[in-house]
Amino acid sequence: MNTPKRILVACGTAIATSTVVAKAIEEALKEKGIAVTTRQCKATEVRSLADNADLIVTTTPVPNDLDVPVIKTLAFLTGIGKEEVIEEIIKKLEGK
Amino acid sequence: MTLSIPSLLDSRCVLLKCEYKNSDDVITAIGTRLFDAGYVKDSFVQAAIDRESELPTGLPLAGGINAAIPHTEIEHVIRPALGMATLSKPVDFQNMVSPTETVPVRLIFVLALEQPKAQIEMLQEVASVLQNKELVADVINQNSYEGIIEIFTNTIENSK
Repeated sequence: MNTPKRILVACGTAIATSTVVAKAIEEALKEKGIAVTTRQCKATEVRSLADNADLIVTTTPVPNDLDVPVIKTLAFLTGIGKEEVIEEIIKKLEGK
Repeated sequence: MTLSIPSLLDSRCVLLKCEYKNSDDVITAIGTRLFDAGYVKDSFVQAAIDRESELPTGLPLAGGINAAIPHTEIEHVIRPALGMATLSKPVDFQNMVSPTETVPVRLIFVLALEQPKAQIEMLQEVASVLQNKELVADVINQNSYEGIIEIFTNTIENSK
């Protein structure tokens, strides 16, 4: 069995937005049969936690020189472009 | 099932069809109501304003009526609640994901969060409201607190 991919979900304070986003990602990927683990963090913590993640999904700006792929999106809050972002997440996870 | 938005949205903390000069004034107005009603500490308003300037919360929505969800660290909150304002004229917030972009906003939810996990339903309901453009338009047109509660109660129940 494959180890679940690790997604780091970042927002400003790691309380509100990333909670919704993490849950939405887990549910969307579960529907597609993909198991992932998510961890929430503040944007300022991304750099120190990036090494332990396969992908970073963020709703707020994060450093752009990380070794891990980053997806910046509001889709899980606003619904705009959600399907596309889910596809992008899957593609980036598979590319790893 | 308990519906989070209707139970957390206190009539004293809902401001409908208002006009404000800027985002600071909106946050101050809602935050002051939350403070007067005993949900947040006196430090909340300034903390939310500071947080908004550093980490903005403007969200462009599908229907063109945009929203913002100002919030701040849990230490400024006494017990969880939701404050809300609809504006007859938009005020500018900055975009959450690209803060150099301006978003004209007419719907504001101020989140007074106590513990993140405990309010996940409320947050998910807020997100599902924002994703429904007909609902956002309905909310913007409401004149009464009762009307707002009815919209949220019906919609959230139907979507479950």
